[in-house]
Amino acid sequence: MQDRSNWDWDPGKRVVLDTAKCSEGVQWMEELHVSPDGETAAAICCTDEAEFGICVNGDFGEDRYEKAICPTFTPEGKYVALVSQDMEWYVSVDRELWPEGYGFLWNIMVNGGGVAVAVQQDMQYGMCVNGETWENLYDNANNFTFGPDGKSVAAAVQVEPMGQAEIFKFQSGIFSVAVNGEPWKEQFVNVYTPVFSDDCASVACQVRRSLYDYTIAVDGKVWNKNYNCVWEPVFKPGTKDVFAPVRIAGKWGMAANGELQWENKWTQLWQPQFSKDGKNLWAIGATGFGKFTVVKNNAPWSVTFPVVTDLVLSHDGEKAAAIAKKSGDKYTLVVNGSAWAGDYDMIFPPVFSPDGTKVGCVAEKNGKYNILVNGKPCGESFDRAFTPAFSPDSAKVLVKGVSGTEYSRSVLDATGF
Amino acid sequence: MKESKFDRKIDDIGLKEGIAKLTPEKIQQTFQKFMDSEAGAKLRVYHETCVRCGMCSEACHFFVSHDGDPSYSPVGKVTQTMNVLINKKGRVDAEFVYKCAQIAYTECNLCRRCMHYCPLGIDTGYIMSMVRRFCHLLGVTPQYIQDTAHSHSATFNQMWVKDDEWPDALLWQEEEARDEFPNLRIPLDVVGADIMYSVIGPEPKFRTQLIYQAAAILHEAGVNWTMPSLPGWDNSDMAMYTGDFEMMGRLKRAHFECAQNLKVKKVVMGECGHAFRSVYDMGNRWCGWDNYPVEVVHSIEFFAYLLRTGMIKMKTKFPGPVTIHDPCNIIRGRGLMDELRFVAHEIAEEVIEMTPNREYNYCCCAGGGVINCGPPFKNVRVKGNKAKAIQLRGVKEKGVSTVISPCHNCHGGLEDIIHGYELGMDLKFLGDIIYEHMEKTKAVE
Repeated sequence: MQDRSNWDWDPGKRVVLDTAKCSEGVQWMEELHVSPDGETAAAICCTDEAEFGICVNGDFGEDRYEKAICPTFTPEGKYVALVSQDMEWYVSVDRELWPEGYGFLWNIMVNGGGVAVAVQQDMQYGMCVNGETWENLYDNANNFTFGPDGKSVAAAVQVEPMGQAEIFKFQSGIFSVAVNGEPWKEQFVNVYTPVFSDDCASVACQVRRSLYDYTIAVDGKVWNKNYNCVWEPVFKPGTKDVFAPVRIAGKWGMAANGELQWENKWTQLWQPQFSKDGKNLWAIGATGFGKFTVVKNNAPWSVTFPVVTDLVLSHDGEKAAAIAKKSGDKYTLVVNGSAWAGDYDMIFPPVFSPDGTKVGCVAEKNGKYNILVNGKPCGESFDRAFTPAFSPDSAKVLVKGVSGTEYSRSVLDATGF
Repeated sequence: MKESKFDRKIDDIGLKEGIAKLTPEKIQQTFQKFMDSEAGAKLRVYHETCVRCGMCSEACHFFVSHDGDPSYSPVGKVTQTMNVLINKKGRVDAEFVYKCAQIAYTECNLCRRCMHYCPLGIDTGYIMSMVRRFCHLLGVTPQYIQDTAHSHSATFNQMWVKDDEWPDALLWQEEEARDEFPNLRIPLDVVGADIMYSVIGPEPKFRTQLIYQAAAILHEAGVNWTMPSLPGWDNSDMAMYTGDFEMMGRLKRAHFECAQNLKVKKVVMGECGHAFRSVYDMGNRWCGWDNYPVEVVHSIEFFAYLLRTGMIKMKTKFPGPVTIHDPCNIIRGRGLMDELRFVAHEIAEEVIEMTPNREYNYCCCAGGGVINCGPPFKNVRVKGNKAKAIQLRGVKEKGVSTVISPCHNCHGGLEDIIHGYELGMDLKFLGDIIYEHMEKTKAVE
């Protein structure tokens, strides 16, 4: 788990890497990724014809691959990528390969200190979690999810074969949910967005029971009502109660365990999120056609926008921020119902300070990237910037960015915002 | 026309088994629910406004191609289907539903040409799409297009491309292209790229050269672009054409969320027509967006931009005259006729227009999901588009042997017309010609 208390919070700027070290002598360097604490910068580089290496803080190490893709850092700072050697694909964690090779790998997921990835082996599909592959693989698998314990995984899986254009067999239901590789006995036409409860003991997902009937299934048991459409379910923390947006008579409402909790008055309602204490249920909603906003406990913010995305909650779940796209393809951040001043060409996902008093994000304007804290620029402009992070006491902000070939991390005072 | 008489019934397992499960009560109840909760005022207004003047007839390629048979006219098709349903309040038999489905799914391309000729502005394409919706609600859809809709629902693409096959196809094309452009990348999942390039399912399945060509053009132009590695990459939407609007909305949400997660400023889409309709008109609106939530640029517009700005320069032009087939959803639906002509004249030595053209062009007869209804209905498409064959023959006689059309379905439909009427013409995407004739400053000799 991410522990920010041991990060370097001494004020000031430190150049971590001259990226020229990575790009020197190579055919090209792909996009730089940086660790959450800003101490490590890594990039996949094409070192020679059909040869790739991973450059970490300027060091290429020994290993070369036929291909390397999908790099990412875990919250704890491990660098994960998928690499190909001798026509097989491997998971690379901090440049150490998991032992088993696969026909293909994709969709790296990180959670709770673990790493999971989707696998194809001999045209059978499943998942590999922390180096362990499911015993059962399937004709197809998708909609992968990784639980907060860093161990539990689930996916939609095809449990029966189907020939070409066998439409009635498909409609009889050949998909199910596999939890840690074991399928539910219930089968559905489609399965979408499985999600774990916070203790990882239960799984809920959207299921399509016929071409027209959608509902939510929890541990294989479906709600007692069907709907015209449903969206992603969410568990109420600390309980087995499941909430999900449901569409009734052309309008959206929020149901819990099959009973309508929020009246179906919304033109759209999706991405529900509970606060950690379960007191507040948030979602992105639309009060009318083209009028998107954020909804807290069935009450919308007073401002609406053509598009709202990236809903993020404060640690106590009492506040929220979301990206809003205004007319003219300009973006802003909306925090607790108030839009920040200024228009940006792009806003990246926001983060709250631990005490909830500050919100930071990367904003792009005219090709330059700034960190904004509570709507004001913080520190220098960059050619590229990475998601900021607040110190545990919320007094400082870690700013990471690239100017020219120089990647730096800076710790700035965040108290003045 | 008697409603029970239908002498051109074609055997299709989806339709046949679909109606086998129907009862008169189910048909009537479904129709009543459909009228009460979905069809709304628009359909009723159209129904009550149409004066059966027949001005739409000559606008329909099916009518023209069947020597003026009124049963193929737009008003004739509505008269045989929705009008009966409304007048009889859904009290029809299962065979009638079969007839409705066959007409709506396979004898109307939802091309909206007839709308341009209707003095009252009635959108017959909308009415026929409502017939399709009703048939979908009854489970009566042609087998092959239904299978495509199932593919969309299970994989979020229209060709049953599994999650791994997509990035694998991109890596393969990237590797192939590096023989020509040593430093070419197909950048996967680059957050903050300017452009997300999106394609339809057939490209990774059996038209991978189009991905190669697009990558080459984007690489040569020096564009900051990316492609997603996860589902949502396919912008197509046959659920829109089966009448499964809930699935249509799900697909569009996945597609746009893909772009939103990547924080791109634009989606540039490949040369497809119906997918364009699904993002600017249908799917986006089902989701509640009044426009597309991320700007979507069709390849026509994008190529025009690259050529105007000099980001792409043509080394040579395509030799010999070409003609332009205007795809309905891009031209009649979105008004890109001038941009298409700008690009065509930039890349080809000579352009000879078909007649009629631009927004009055005849449909390829594959659009609206008709080609996706599969082999049982291939002859319906070919015979139903003698009008297009006549158009093509007209330019062939002027020396044209190459047809440009920036739409996948148009290529499928025109290919069958060209073969069926032995026209001996070639089809090209804009990207085919640009790739072949552009300056390749970043390529090896």
